[in-house]
Amino acid sequence: MGLLQPESGLVFWMLLSFVIVFILLAKYGFPVILRAIDSRKEYIDASLEAAREAERKLENIRSDGRKLLDEAEQRQREILREASETREQIIREARRKAESEGQRIIAAAQEQASAERDAILQDARHQVAVLAVAVSEKMLRQKLADETSQTLLAERLLDEVEQTEKQ
Amino acid sequence: MERLGKISVWLLLLLCPCLAGAQEPTKAFDAKETVLGHIGDSYEWHIASFGGHDLHVSLPVIVHSPASGWHCFSSEHLREGGEYEGLRVAAEGEHKGKIVERQADGSDLRPLDLSITKTVMGLFINSLLLLVLVLGTARWYKKRKVDSPAPRGFVGLMEILVSSLVDGLIKPCIGENYRRFVPYLLTVFCFILLNNLMGLIPIFPGGANVTGNIAVALVLAFASFLAINLFGSRAYWKEVFWPDVPAWLKVPVPLIPLIEFVGVLTKPFALMIRLFANMMAGHAVILSLTCVIFVTVEMGMAINSSMTVVSVLFSVFMNCLELLVAFLQAYVFTLLSAVFIGLAQEHKAPEKA
Repeated sequence: MGLLQPESGLVFWMLLSFVIVFILLAKYGFPVILRAIDSRKEYIDASLEAAREAERKLENIRSDGRKLLDEAEQRQREILREASETREQIIREARRKAESEGQRIIAAAQEQASAERDAILQDARHQVAVLAVAVSEKMLRQKLADETSQTLLAERLLDEVEQTEKQ
Repeated sequence: MERLGKISVWLLLLLCPCLAGAQEPTKAFDAKETVLGHIGDSYEWHIASFGGHDLHVSLPVIVHSPASGWHCFSSEHLREGGEYEGLRVAAEGEHKGKIVERQADGSDLRPLDLSITKTVMGLFINSLLLLVLVLGTARWYKKRKVDSPAPRGFVGLMEILVSSLVDGLIKPCIGENYRRFVPYLLTVFCFILLNNLMGLIPIFPGGANVTGNIAVALVLAFASFLAINLFGSRAYWKEVFWPDVPAWLKVPVPLIPLIEFVGVLTKPFALMIRLFANMMAGHAVILSLTCVIFVTVEMGMAINSSMTVVSVLFSVFMNCLELLVAFLQAYVFTLLSAVFIGLAQEHKAPEKA
Protein backbone atom coordinates (compact mmCIF):
# COMPACT_ATOMS: atom_id res chain seq x y z
CA MET A 1 0.00 0.00 0.00
CA GLY A 2 1.26 3.43 -0.96
CA LEU A 3 0.60 4.93 2.42
CA LEU A 4 3.28 2.82 4.09
CA GLN A 5 5.91 3.58 1.51
CA PRO A 6 7.98 6.65 2.32
CA GLU A 7 8.26 8.89 -0.73
CA SER A 8 11.89 9.82 -1.40
CA GLY A 9 11.04 13.39 -2.48
CA LEU A 10 9.04 13.96 0.66
CA VAL A 11 11.80 12.50 2.82
CA PHE A 12 14.24 14.90 1.16
CA TRP A 13 12.08 17.99 1.69
CA MET A 14 11.14 16.96 5.19
CA LEU A 15 14.78 16.41 6.11
CA LEU A 16 15.71 19.76 4.62
CA SER A 17 12.97 21.77 6.26
CA PHE A 18 13.24 19.98 9.59
CA VAL A 19 16.99 20.52 9.75
CA ILE A 20 16.57 24.20 8.87
CA VAL A 21 13.78 24.66 11.40
CA PHE A 22 15.78 22.80 14.04
CA ILE A 23 18.95 24.81 13.46
CA LEU A 24 17.12 28.13 13.49
CA LEU A 25 15.03 27.31 16.54
CA ALA A 26 17.89 25.70 18.44
CA LYS A 27 20.08 28.71 17.78
CA TYR A 28 17.79 31.71 17.89
CA GLY A 29 14.51 30.43 19.30
CA PHE A 30 14.38 28.23 22.34
CA PRO A 31 17.67 29.13 24.05
CA VAL A 32 16.62 32.78 24.07
CA ILE A 33 13.23 31.91 25.52
CA LEU A 34 14.68 29.53 28.10
CA ARG A 35 17.36 31.98 29.11
CA ALA A 36 14.77 34.72 29.52
CA ILE A 37 12.52 32.46 31.58
CA ASP A 38 15.45 31.31 33.73
CA SER A 39 16.74 34.81 34.32
CA ARG A 40 13.26 35.99 35.22
CA LYS A 41 12.91 33.09 37.60
CA GLU A 42 16.18 34.06 39.22
CA TYR A 43 15.11 37.68 39.31
CA ILE A 44 11.85 36.75 41.02
CA ASP A 45 13.70 34.60 43.54
CA ALA A 46 16.15 37.41 44.25
CA SER A 47 13.29 39.89 44.60
CA LEU A 48 11.48 37.61 47.02
CA GLU A 49 14.65 37.21 49.03
CA ALA A 50 15.16 40.98 49.07
CA ALA A 51 11.57 41.53 50.14
CA ARG A 52 11.97 39.01 52.93
CA GLU A 53 15.18 40.73 54.01
CA ALA A 54 13.48 44.12 53.96
CA GLU A 55 10.60 42.79 55.98
CA ARG A 56 13.01 41.36 58.52
CA LYS A 57 14.80 44.67 58.75
CA LEU A 58 11.53 46.50 59.15
CA GLU A 59 10.56 44.10 61.89
CA ASN A 60 13.90 44.77 63.58
CA ILE A 61 13.36 48.49 63.34
CA ARG A 62 9.87 48.14 64.70
CA SER A 63 11.04 46.07 67.64
CA ASP A 64 13.87 48.54 68.24
CA GLY A 65 11.35 51.35 68.34
CA ARG A 66 9.19 49.42 70.71
CA LYS A 67 12.20 48.79 72.92
CA LEU A 68 13.09 52.49 72.87
CA LEU A 69 9.55 53.42 73.76
CA ASP A 70 9.55 50.93 76.62
CA GLU A 71 12.82 52.29 77.90
CA ALA A 72 11.56 55.84 77.70
CA GLU A 73 8.46 54.88 79.65
CA GLN A 74 10.62 53.16 82.22
CA ARG A 75 12.76 56.25 82.54
CA GLN A 76 9.72 58.43 82.91
CA ARG A 77 8.36 56.27 85.66
CA GLU A 78 11.72 56.28 87.41
CA ILE A 79 12.07 60.02 87.16
CA LEU A 80 8.59 60.53 88.50
CA ARG A 81 9.26 58.15 91.31
CA GLU A 82 12.51 59.88 92.16
CA ALA A 83 10.84 63.28 92.04
CA SER A 84 8.14 62.17 94.43
CA GLU A 85 10.73 60.64 96.72
CA THR A 86 12.70 63.86 96.73
CA ARG A 87 9.59 65.82 97.50
CA GLU A 88 8.69 63.58 100.41
CA GLN A 89 12.20 63.80 101.69
CA ILE A 90 12.21 67.59 101.51
CA ILE A 91 8.90 67.78 103.33
CA ARG A 92 10.10 65.33 105.95
CA GLU A 93 13.27 67.32 106.40
CA ALA A 94 11.38 70.56 106.73
CA ARG A 95 9.00 69.04 109.22
CA ARG A 96 11.86 67.68 111.25
CA LYS A 97 13.58 71.04 111.25
CA ALA A 98 10.41 72.82 112.26
CA GLU A 99 9.84 70.38 115.06
CA SER A 100 13.33 70.76 116.45
CA GLU A 101 13.11 74.53 116.17
CA GLY A 102 9.80 74.49 117.98
CA GLN A 103 11.22 72.29 120.69
CA ARG A 104 14.17 74.56 121.02
CA ILE A 105 11.90 77.62 121.36
CA ILE A 106 9.70 75.82 123.87
CA ALA A 107 12.72 74.75 125.92
CA ALA A 108 14.05 78.31 125.93
CA ALA A 109 10.67 79.59 127.03
CA GLN A 110 10.42 77.00 129.78
CA GLU A 111 13.87 77.87 130.95
CA GLN A 112 13.00 81.52 131.06
CA ALA A 113 9.75 80.81 132.88
CA SER A 114 11.50 78.73 135.53
CA ALA A 115 14.10 81.47 136.00
CA GLU A 116 11.34 83.97 136.51
CA ARG A 117 9.57 81.72 138.99
CA ASP A 118 12.80 81.26 140.92
CA ALA A 119 13.25 85.02 141.00
CA ILE A 120 9.69 85.44 142.27
CA LEU A 121 10.21 82.77 144.92
CA GLN A 122 13.42 84.45 145.99
CA ASP A 123 11.59 87.72 146.25
CA ALA A 124 8.77 86.16 148.21
CA ARG A 125 11.17 84.47 150.60
CA HIS A 126 12.86 87.84 151.16
CA GLN A 127 9.52 89.46 151.86
CA VAL A 128 8.59 86.66 154.30
CA ALA A 129 11.89 87.12 156.09
CA VAL A 130 11.36 90.87 156.33
CA LEU A 131 7.81 90.35 157.65
CA ALA A 132 8.98 87.72 160.14
CA VAL A 133 11.60 90.12 161.42
CA ALA A 134 8.99 92.91 161.71
CA VAL A 135 6.58 90.55 163.52
CA SER A 136 9.17 89.35 165.95
CA GLU A 137 10.14 92.96 166.62
CA LYS A 138 6.55 93.90 167.53
CA MET A 139 6.19 90.75 169.64
CA LEU A 140 9.34 91.55 171.53
CA ARG A 141 7.91 95.09 172.33
CA GLN A 142 4.84 93.62 173.98
CA LYS A 143 6.72 90.88 175.91
CA LEU A 144 6.90 92.72 179.06
CA ALA A 145 3.11 92.88 179.36
CA ASP A 146 0.96 89.94 180.39
CA GLU A 147 0.51 86.89 178.72
CA THR A 148 -2.87 87.77 177.40
CA SER A 149 -1.66 90.93 176.00
CA GLN A 150 1.13 89.00 174.46
CA THR A 151 -1.35 86.70 172.75
CA LEU A 152 -3.51 89.63 171.79
CA LEU A 153 -0.51 91.26 170.39
CA ALA A 154 0.48 88.24 168.46
CA GLU A 155 -3.01 87.89 167.01
CA ARG A 156 -3.09 91.58 166.18
CA LEU A 157 0.26 91.31 164.59
CA LEU A 158 -0.83 88.34 162.53
CA ASP A 159 -3.83 90.34 161.44
CA GLU A 160 -1.57 93.08 160.48
CA VAL A 161 0.59 90.66 158.58
CA GLU A 162 -2.48 89.39 156.83
CA GLN A 163 -3.52 92.89 156.05
CA THR A 164 -0.16 93.75 154.65
CA GLU A 165 -0.25 90.59 152.61
CA LYS A 166 -3.65 91.59 151.34
CA GLN A 167 -2.35 95.02 150.58
CA MET B 1 0.49 40.85 14.72
CA GLU B 2 -0.01 43.27 11.80
CA ARG B 3 3.22 42.12 10.24
CA LEU B 4 2.12 38.53 10.60
CA GLY B 5 -1.10 39.35 8.77
CA LYS B 6 0.80 41.00 5.93
CA ILE B 7 3.12 38.03 5.62
CA SER B 8 0.26 35.58 5.38
CA VAL B 9 -1.50 37.71 2.76
CA TRP B 10 1.67 37.76 0.67
CA LEU B 11 1.98 34.05 1.09
CA LEU B 12 -1.53 33.58 -0.22
CA LEU B 13 -0.88 35.88 -3.17
CA LEU B 14 2.29 34.00 -4.05
CA LEU B 15 0.47 30.72 -4.11
CA CYS B 16 -2.31 32.31 -6.15
CA PRO B 17 -5.03 29.70 -6.34
CA CYS B 18 -6.37 29.26 -9.84
CA LEU B 19 -9.76 28.16 -11.06
CA ALA B 20 -9.59 25.29 -13.47
CA GLY B 21 -11.89 24.30 -16.25
CA ALA B 22 -15.00 22.16 -16.08
CA GLN B 23 -14.81 18.66 -14.69
CA GLU B 24 -16.11 15.64 -16.50
CA PRO B 25 -19.68 14.61 -15.71
CA THR B 26 -20.17 13.32 -12.17
CA LYS B 27 -19.35 9.71 -11.71
CA ALA B 28 -20.35 7.39 -8.91
CA PHE B 29 -18.93 8.44 -5.55
CA ASP B 30 -16.03 6.28 -4.45
CA ALA B 31 -15.55 6.67 -0.70
CA LYS B 32 -12.35 4.66 -0.48
CA GLU B 33 -10.76 6.61 -3.31
CA THR B 34 -11.77 9.92 -1.73
CA VAL B 35 -10.46 9.07 1.72
CA LEU B 36 -7.17 7.66 0.44
CA GLY B 37 -6.83 10.58 -1.95
CA HIS B 38 -7.15 13.08 0.86
CA ILE B 39 -4.87 11.21 3.21
CA GLY B 40 -2.24 10.63 0.58
CA ASP B 41 -0.17 13.07 -1.36
CA SER B 42 -1.03 14.87 -4.56
CA TYR B 43 0.63 17.20 -7.02
CA GLU B 44 -1.95 19.92 -6.57
CA TRP B 45 -3.74 21.24 -3.54
CA HIS B 46 -7.41 20.66 -4.03
CA ILE B 47 -9.52 23.16 -2.07
CA ALA B 48 -13.10 22.66 -3.20
CA SER B 49 -15.29 21.70 -6.13
CA PHE B 50 -18.46 23.56 -6.90
CA GLY B 51 -20.68 23.65 -9.95
CA GLY B 52 -18.31 21.42 -11.90
CA HIS B 53 -15.38 23.72 -11.17
CA ASP B 54 -12.37 22.75 -9.13
CA LEU B 55 -10.71 25.29 -6.92
CA HIS B 56 -7.16 24.23 -6.39
CA VAL B 57 -3.62 25.48 -5.90
CA SER B 58 -1.15 24.38 -8.53
CA LEU B 59 2.19 23.38 -7.14
CA PRO B 60 5.60 23.10 -8.82
CA VAL B 61 6.70 19.73 -10.13
CA ILE B 62 10.45 19.10 -9.92
CA VAL B 63 11.58 15.88 -11.50
CA HIS B 64 14.90 14.47 -12.60
CA SER B 65 14.86 11.55 -14.98
CA PRO B 66 18.01 9.77 -16.08
CA ALA B 67 16.85 9.99 -19.70
CA SER B 68 15.72 13.58 -20.09
CA GLY B 69 17.33 15.42 -17.17
CA TRP B 70 15.65 18.00 -14.97
CA HIS B 71 12.03 19.08 -15.42
CA CYS B 72 10.41 21.89 -13.55
CA PHE B 73 6.89 23.06 -14.32
CA SER B 74 3.52 23.78 -12.76
CA SER B 75 1.36 20.83 -11.89
CA GLU B 76 -1.43 22.46 -13.89
CA HIS B 77 -0.06 20.78 -17.01
CA LEU B 78 -0.65 17.36 -15.53
CA ARG B 79 -4.28 17.83 -14.58
CA GLU B 80 -6.89 15.40 -15.90
CA GLY B 81 -4.24 12.90 -16.95
CA GLY B 82 -2.43 15.43 -19.15
CA GLU B 83 1.06 14.71 -20.39
CA TYR B 84 3.81 17.32 -20.31
CA GLU B 85 7.41 16.92 -21.43
CA GLY B 86 6.85 13.17 -21.58
CA LEU B 87 5.72 13.04 -17.97
CA ARG B 88 2.32 12.16 -16.65
CA VAL B 89 0.59 11.02 -13.48
CA ALA B 90 0.12 7.29 -13.64
CA ALA B 91 -3.57 6.38 -13.52
CA GLU B 92 -2.92 2.84 -12.33
CA GLY B 93 -0.24 0.28 -11.84
CA GLU B 94 2.68 0.20 -9.46
CA HIS B 95 3.15 3.96 -9.39
CA LYS B 96 -0.48 4.95 -9.27
CA GLY B 97 -0.92 8.65 -8.59
CA LYS B 98 2.78 9.40 -9.06
CA ILE B 99 4.61 11.01 -11.93
CA VAL B 100 6.07 8.52 -14.39
CA GLU B 101 7.93 8.85 -17.63
CA ARG B 102 7.24 6.60 -20.57
CA GLN B 103 10.39 4.83 -21.67
CA ALA B 104 11.35 3.90 -25.21
CA ASP B 105 10.24 0.30 -24.62
CA GLY B 106 6.79 1.42 -23.52
CA SER B 107 7.30 0.72 -19.80
CA ASP B 108 6.84 3.40 -17.15
CA LEU B 109 9.79 4.61 -15.16
CA ARG B 110 9.48 6.59 -11.98
CA PRO B 111 11.98 9.46 -12.12
CA LEU B 112 13.58 11.10 -9.10
CA ASP B 113 10.67 13.14 -7.84
CA LEU B 114 11.43 16.25 -5.76
CA SER B 115 8.10 17.90 -6.52
CA ILE B 116 6.60 20.32 -4.09
CA THR B 117 3.54 18.22 -3.45
CA LYS B 118 0.61 19.05 -1.20
CA THR B 119 2.31 17.53 1.83
CA VAL B 120 5.59 19.30 1.08
CA MET B 121 3.77 22.60 0.65
CA GLY B 122 1.92 22.05 3.92
CA LEU B 123 5.23 21.18 5.54
CA PHE B 124 6.77 24.41 4.25
CA ILE B 125 3.87 26.56 5.39
CA ASN B 126 3.82 24.95 8.82
CA SER B 127 7.59 25.20 9.20
CA LEU B 128 7.48 28.86 8.27
CA LEU B 129 4.63 29.43 10.69
CA LEU B 130 6.56 27.63 13.42
CA LEU B 131 9.63 29.75 12.76
CA VAL B 132 7.55 32.93 12.86
CA LEU B 133 5.83 31.93 16.08
CA VAL B 134 8.90 30.77 17.99
CA LEU B 135 11.29 33.40 16.71
CA GLY B 136 8.61 36.04 17.34
CA THR B 137 8.37 34.82 20.92
CA ALA B 138 12.15 34.89 21.24
CA ARG B 139 12.19 38.42 19.84
CA TRP B 140 9.62 39.49 22.43
CA TYR B 141 11.96 38.27 25.15
CA LYS B 142 15.01 39.83 23.54
CA LYS B 143 13.37 43.23 23.51
CA ARG B 144 12.52 43.15 27.17
CA LYS B 145 14.52 43.42 30.33
CA VAL B 146 14.50 40.89 33.09
CA ASP B 147 12.33 43.02 35.34
CA SER B 148 9.58 43.72 32.82
CA PRO B 149 6.20 42.15 33.61
CA ALA B 150 5.44 38.57 32.60
CA PRO B 151 4.16 38.07 29.05
CA ARG B 152 0.50 37.78 28.19
CA GLY B 153 -1.33 36.31 25.24
CA PHE B 154 0.54 34.08 22.83
CA VAL B 155 3.98 34.66 24.34
CA GLY B 156 2.58 33.75 27.74
CA LEU B 157 1.14 30.57 26.26
CA MET B 158 4.51 29.71 24.72
CA GLU B 159 6.19 30.37 28.03
CA ILE B 160 3.81 28.05 29.87
CA LEU B 161 4.26 25.39 27.19
CA VAL B 162 8.04 25.64 27.16
CA SER B 163 8.54 25.77 30.90
CA SER B 164 6.07 22.97 31.61
CA LEU B 165 7.74 20.77 28.98
CA VAL B 166 11.21 21.50 30.32
CA ASP B 167 10.32 21.14 33.99
CA GLY B 168 7.65 18.47 33.72
CA LEU B 169 8.95 16.26 30.95
CA ILE B 170 12.50 16.80 29.77
CA LYS B 171 14.20 17.33 33.12
CA PRO B 172 12.69 14.30 34.91
CA CYS B 173 13.07 12.01 31.87
CA ILE B 174 16.66 12.76 30.91
CA GLY B 175 18.24 13.61 34.21
CA GLU B 176 21.17 15.83 34.99
CA ASN B 177 22.54 16.73 31.55
CA TYR B 178 19.16 17.45 30.03
CA ARG B 179 20.16 20.89 28.87
CA ARG B 180 21.74 19.94 25.54
CA PHE B 181 18.60 18.06 24.44
CA VAL B 182 16.11 20.78 25.32
CA PRO B 183 16.21 22.63 21.96
CA TYR B 184 15.78 19.41 19.99
CA LEU B 185 12.90 18.08 22.08
CA LEU B 186 11.10 21.41 22.11
CA THR B 187 11.54 21.73 18.35
CA VAL B 188 10.15 18.25 17.83
CA PHE B 189 7.21 18.92 20.11
CA CYS B 190 6.29 22.25 18.53
CA PHE B 191 6.86 20.89 15.04
CA ILE B 192 4.57 17.91 15.51
CA LEU B 193 1.96 19.89 17.43
CA LEU B 194 1.73 22.65 14.84
CA ASN B 195 1.61 20.19 11.94
CA ASN B 196 -1.07 18.15 13.72
CA LEU B 197 -3.19 21.22 14.45
CA MET B 198 -2.80 22.61 10.95
CA GLY B 199 -3.84 19.22 9.60
CA LEU B 200 -7.15 19.58 11.43
CA ILE B 201 -8.04 22.83 9.69
CA PRO B 202 -10.00 21.64 6.66
CA ILE B 203 -9.24 24.46 4.20
CA PHE B 204 -6.20 25.60 2.29
CA PRO B 205 -3.25 26.57 4.42
CA GLY B 206 -4.17 23.71 6.71
CA GLY B 207 -5.57 20.32 5.93
CA ALA B 208 -2.43 18.69 4.60
CA ASN B 209 -1.89 15.36 6.28
CA VAL B 210 1.75 16.09 7.13
CA THR B 211 2.43 14.16 10.32
CA GLY B 212 0.16 11.36 9.12
CA ASN B 213 2.62 10.76 6.31
CA ILE B 214 5.14 8.03 6.92
CA ALA B 215 8.03 9.95 5.33
CA VAL B 216 7.61 12.81 7.78
CA ALA B 217 7.29 10.45 10.72
CA LEU B 218 10.34 8.58 9.42
CA VAL B 219 12.51 11.70 9.41
CA LEU B 220 11.33 12.68 12.89
CA ALA B 221 12.01 9.19 14.22
CA PHE B 222 15.41 9.20 12.54
CA ALA B 223 16.22 12.50 14.24
CA SER B 224 15.28 10.99 17.59
CA PHE B 225 17.38 7.93 16.73
CA LEU B 226 20.38 10.18 16.19
CA ALA B 227 19.71 12.13 19.38
CA ILE B 228 19.47 8.88 21.36
CA ASN B 229 22.50 7.11 19.95
CA LEU B 230 24.96 9.86 19.08
CA PHE B 231 24.98 11.07 22.67
CA GLY B 232 24.70 7.63 24.26
CA SER B 233 27.08 7.00 27.14
CA ARG B 234 29.64 4.21 27.32
CA ALA B 235 27.47 2.35 29.81
CA TYR B 236 24.63 2.43 27.28
CA TRP B 237 26.73 0.95 24.49
CA LYS B 238 28.16 -1.64 26.82
CA GLU B 239 24.59 -2.57 27.76
CA VAL B 240 23.87 -3.05 24.06
CA PHE B 241 26.93 -5.01 22.93
CA TRP B 242 28.19 -6.67 26.11
CA PRO B 243 25.27 -6.87 28.56
CA ASP B 244 25.42 -8.45 32.00
CA VAL B 245 24.21 -11.92 31.05
CA PRO B 246 25.83 -15.37 31.24
CA ALA B 247 28.71 -15.56 28.80
CA TRP B 248 27.24 -18.37 26.70
CA LEU B 249 24.42 -16.04 25.69
CA LYS B 250 26.83 -13.73 23.94
CA VAL B 251 30.09 -15.48 23.08
CA PRO B 252 29.65 -18.02 20.30
CA VAL B 253 26.38 -16.61 19.03
CA PRO B 254 25.78 -12.98 20.08
CA LEU B 255 22.17 -13.68 20.94
CA ILE B 256 21.50 -11.01 23.54
CA PRO B 257 23.58 -8.30 21.80
CA LEU B 258 21.56 -9.01 18.67
CA ILE B 259 18.31 -8.61 20.57
CA GLU B 260 19.61 -5.42 22.18
CA PHE B 261 20.65 -4.06 18.81
CA VAL B 262 17.24 -4.78 17.36
CA GLY B 263 15.86 -2.95 20.39
CA VAL B 264 17.94 0.09 19.46
CA LEU B 265 16.27 0.11 16.07
CA THR B 266 12.75 -0.70 17.21
CA LYS B 267 12.59 2.28 19.56
CA PRO B 268 12.56 4.92 16.80
CA PHE B 269 10.55 2.57 14.59
CA ALA B 270 7.82 2.46 17.24
CA LEU B 271 7.94 6.25 17.45
CA MET B 272 7.48 6.50 13.70
CA ILE B 273 4.61 4.03 13.46
CA ARG B 274 2.82 5.50 16.46
CA LEU B 275 2.82 9.04 15.14
CA PHE B 276 2.04 8.06 11.57
CA ALA B 277 -0.75 5.63 12.42
CA ASN B 278 -2.44 7.87 14.94
CA MET B 279 -2.52 10.93 12.76
CA MET B 280 -3.46 9.07 9.62
CA ALA B 281 -6.21 7.17 11.38
CA GLY B 282 -7.66 10.38 12.76
CA HIS B 283 -7.80 11.92 9.31
CA ALA B 284 -9.24 8.73 7.86
CA VAL B 285 -12.01 8.55 10.45
CA ILE B 286 -13.04 12.17 9.97
CA LEU B 287 -12.98 11.82 6.19
CA SER B 288 -14.96 8.57 6.33
CA LEU B 289 -17.58 10.21 8.52
CA THR B 290 -17.87 13.03 6.03
CA CYS B 291 -18.12 10.52 3.19
CA VAL B 292 -21.15 8.96 4.87
CA ILE B 293 -23.15 11.98 3.68
CA PHE B 294 -22.22 11.41 0.03
CA VAL B 295 -22.52 7.64 0.18
CA THR B 296 -26.10 7.86 1.43
CA VAL B 297 -27.23 10.30 -1.26
CA GLU B 298 -28.62 7.47 -3.35
CA MET B 299 -30.63 6.03 -0.46
CA GLY B 300 -33.30 8.67 -0.51
CA MET B 301 -33.97 11.95 1.17
CA ALA B 302 -34.90 10.70 4.64
CA ILE B 303 -31.91 8.46 5.18
CA ASN B 304 -29.59 10.96 3.63
CA SER B 305 -30.64 13.85 5.85
CA SER B 306 -30.67 11.78 9.03
CA MET B 307 -27.26 10.35 8.20
CA THR B 308 -26.03 13.87 7.52
CA VAL B 309 -27.00 14.91 11.03
CA VAL B 310 -25.30 11.81 12.44
CA SER B 311 -22.23 12.44 10.35
CA VAL B 312 -21.90 16.09 11.42
CA LEU B 313 -22.35 15.18 15.08
CA PHE B 314 -19.73 12.44 14.86
CA SER B 315 -17.39 14.71 12.92
CA VAL B 316 -17.65 17.35 15.64
CA PHE B 317 -16.89 14.71 18.22
CA MET B 318 -13.99 13.33 16.20
CA ASN B 319 -12.55 16.79 15.66
CA CYS B 320 -12.58 17.42 19.39
CA LEU B 321 -10.93 14.07 19.90
CA GLU B 322 -8.36 14.84 17.23
CA LEU B 323 -7.59 18.12 18.93
CA LEU B 324 -6.68 16.09 21.98
CA VAL B 325 -4.81 13.52 19.91
CA ALA B 326 -2.88 16.27 18.14
CA PHE B 327 -1.49 17.43 21.44
CA LEU B 328 -1.19 13.94 22.84
CA GLN B 329 0.85 12.56 19.95
CA ALA B 330 3.24 15.49 20.03
CA TYR B 331 3.56 14.97 23.77
CA VAL B 332 4.02 11.23 23.52
CA PHE B 333 6.62 11.52 20.79
CA THR B 334 8.58 14.05 22.87
CA LEU B 335 8.11 12.05 26.05
CA LEU B 336 9.32 8.78 24.55
CA SER B 337 12.23 10.48 22.83
CA ALA B 338 13.19 12.03 26.15
CA VAL B 339 12.85 8.69 27.95
CA PHE B 340 15.01 6.89 25.37
CA ILE B 341 17.60 9.67 25.49
CA GLY B 342 17.52 9.46 29.28
CA LEU B 343 18.10 5.68 29.13
CA ALA B 344 21.08 6.20 26.82
CA GLN B 345 22.46 8.83 29.20
CA GLU B 346 22.57 6.43 32.14
CA HIS B 347 26.07 6.60 33.59
CA LYS B 348 26.00 3.69 35.95
CA ALA B 349 25.18 0.18 34.84
CA PRO B 350 22.07 -1.07 36.65
CA GLU B 351 22.75 -2.86 39.95
CA LYS B 352 23.05 -6.60 39.78
CA ALA B 353 20.24 -8.44 41.45
